[in-house]
Amino acid sequence: MSQPAPTTPAFDDYVSPVHLDELTDEAITIIREVATECENPVLLFSGGKDSAVLLHLARLAFAPARLPFPVMHVDTGHNFAEVIDYRDRLVKDWNVRLVIASVQESIDSGRVVEDVGPRASRNRLQSVTLLDALAEHGFDAAFGGGRRDEDKARAKERILSFRDRQGRWDPRQQRPEPWALLNPRIRKGEHLRAFPLSNWTELDIWQYIARHDVPLPTIYFSHTRTVVERDGMLLAVGGPVALEAGEQPFDEVVRYRTVGDASCTGAIRSAASTLGHILAETAAARITERGATRADDTFSESAMEDRKREGYF
Amino acid sequence: MDSSMVGTDLRSASVAPSEPDTAVRTTLRIATAGSVDDGKSTLIGRLLHDTKTVFEDQLKAVEKASRRYGDGETNLALLTDGLRAEREQGITIDVAHRYFTTPLRSFIVADTPGHAQYTRNMVTGASTSDIAIVLVDARHGVVDQTRRHSLIATMLGVEAIVVAVNKMDLVGWDQAEYERISKEVHAFVDGLPHPVPVFSIPMSALLGDNVVATSTNTPWYDGPPLLTFLEQFDASVESLPGARVHVQRVIRPQGGDHADFRGYAGVVAAGTLTIGEPITVLPSGRTTKVSGLHRWGQPVADAGAGHAVVVELADDVDVARGDVLVAGDATHPPEVAEDIVIDVCWMIDQPLLVGTRHWFKHGTRTGHATVTAIEHRYDLVSLEHEPTDELVLNDIGRVHLRLSEPIVADLYRHHAEGGRLILIDAASNTTAGAAMIAAISAWSPEI
Ligand SMILES: Nc1nc2c(ncn2[C@@H]2O[C@H](COP(=O)(O)OP(=O)(O)O)[C@@H](O)[C@H]2O)c(=O)[nH]1
Repeated sequence: MSQPAPTTPAFDDYVSPVHLDELTDEAITIIREVATECENPVLLFSGGKDSAVLLHLARLAFAPARLPFPVMHVDTGHNFAEVIDYRDRLVKDWNVRLVIASVQESIDSGRVVEDVGPRASRNRLQSVTLLDALAEHGFDAAFGGGRRDEDKARAKERILSFRDRQGRWDPRQQRPEPWALLNPRIRKGEHLRAFPLSNWTELDIWQYIARHDVPLPTIYFSHTRTVVERDGMLLAVGGPVALEAGEQPFDEVVRYRTVGDASCTGAIRSAASTLGHILAETAAARITERGATRADDTFSESAMEDRKREGYF
Repeated sequence: MDSSMVGTDLRSASVAPSEPDTAVRTTLRIATAGSVDDGKSTLIGRLLHDTKTVFEDQLKAVEKASRRYGDGETNLALLTDGLRAEREQGITIDVAHRYFTTPLRSFIVADTPGHAQYTRNMVTGASTSDIAIVLVDARHGVVDQTRRHSLIATMLGVEAIVVAVNKMDLVGWDQAEYERISKEVHAFVDGLPHPVPVFSIPMSALLGDNVVATSTNTPWYDGPPLLTFLEQFDASVESLPGARVHVQRVIRPQGGDHADFRGYAGVVAAGTLTIGEPITVLPSGRTTKVSGLHRWGQPVADAGAGHAVVVELADDVDVARGDVLVAGDATHPPEVAEDIVIDVCWMIDQPLLVGTRHWFKHGTRTGHATVTAIEHRYDLVSLEHEPTDELVLNDIGRVHLRLSEPIVADLYRHHAEGGRLILIDAASNTTAGAAMIAAISAWSPEI
């Protein structure tokens, strides 16, 4: 008997399509439930792949009606230009209402004090801007694209996560969450975070993107960029990253696995220029996306937990 | 195309859900259970590690932390203890979810806490799981937590229990010991109110024996290692007839091409829904037919259990959130009820007392529930019914409720989705009880 011919990997080779169907139904159901029970929800949109998938799902959830809530970008001011172009184009094409909460304005108004120095990041400051914006607009529920597989503190998070009047998360007092019966009851001034992608992995996200042809910023795909290597991470030169003494910028073929504050989001060396390549690369990855690309999370074991307690995404 | 965008517009994409294929196994949701230190976190760490799901940076972080906390070997339990307090105290406080995939299947694992104090977090993990792995330390045998967790897991709806008789390396791989423990759990589960099949496996989570690969230390055990068992476990519940949809939301586009569209969004619980199918809207009792079905924004001819759909109806009947669309062919049709008897896991510090009023949520219906009687509490170890006038934190008991709004109720044993509800504390808004409907008339309780 002859051997079957080798096939090029299709995205179904990585995860069973039924698994993705189940995750899709689950996410849509969560989005509908929270949007219907809460008075004034908002979807947090960073321009990254997870929020693109979340927004795509949210539109499917209410089709053929329009998305019944706005999206909000917490803008650190440390952006990749491609991501801002993408954001503006997407909200126009998809006809959704965009609210921008600006970290720069929080700094200018004295709500937060910016760290100084070449390694200052605005990541942590975002929590204040986010909480202020939620209060200002009276949003009582915020959809986030957080996934439990991203980090061990996130692995502890409920699908519907309660925040007190100060916006704090208390991981020791989380509400039980039996079955799929979500409890969205809150008092005035409190709010909820809803994580419809809780049970998705990085590979599931790419699978969904490939299946539904979800538009993404170009920086997720391989390109040549001037970077500097710092603590094993490739940081883009030309934006908020200030060169330190002795650092030599160089051109490298890279792409991004996550999109965050440009001052602390690293690129990976990669020639993956198509979704097929990225799926193959993701399936074979040996390092978590945060470990590979987020300087802020490698500082300490509890970095994410500490930020989340303060109100972070 | 704009150079900052890759991909195409949503409107042009037409992606149909996958056709169910028996060769493709559905995701398996697993909860680990058992007493503190029986090895739950170690087992999950082992599964993640041996299926190559642990990334290098995670492993490095765990190695570093193991040294800091003074563990000799790399402590794989640190992979799942995600909170600072957990790592410092060396215990699991809240459930952590982890994910791994093998060429055969995707898995979602809920690592639940072993301490009795945190039973409510165990409820969260077990309630969404298909299967519970109950760990037993071979040196100590069956303990109270083994029984308590087996009871809760079966009550909340797992389809099977795997008894992992762990730390076999510490009892010299003694077959007699393994069989004694295994028989004891089998006998206990058989006597539970909701018995399920039980499978047992002798194991060393620490050394990896019978976790992913068959152990050479247990030649007397001829079953599969744990992972093989999980890959092959058939979690597809026999599909009940009688599709239902608890209406989440009315979809009514304002203007545009779809100005006349009116659809009802919800999840199909059990059965299959097809276009043309006769439907009863409950509680009103109006009858009509399915005239259109959509999943993920696209028309479909039918929809099965778990599918998130929008249903169009042939007649202009009054349907609102909280109503239930019921197909006609149910073996046990649901009943509209205001008085129900429940088995409830109580999960807050304030006791449940006769006369107290809580919010309830059943399907997509919410209202007030007043406790009219408390029949008994289960002794979680002996399973005896003890008369009581209150349920306290982590108690499970049988309680009568009067609801402010009628619900479309099923007995939990007939139809899990229609037979469960949560109770919400009116003062704090926290989720206080996980309840399963045991009887529908308050005055004819069944045992
Ligand atoms: N010798 C031996 N020790 C084990 C085994 N499984 C777990 N342990 C140890 O038992 C202790 C408790 O394990 P852990 O996974 O934290 O238990 P948990 O509280 O159930 O999560 C740790 O020191 C483990 O290294 C095993 O199969 N054999």
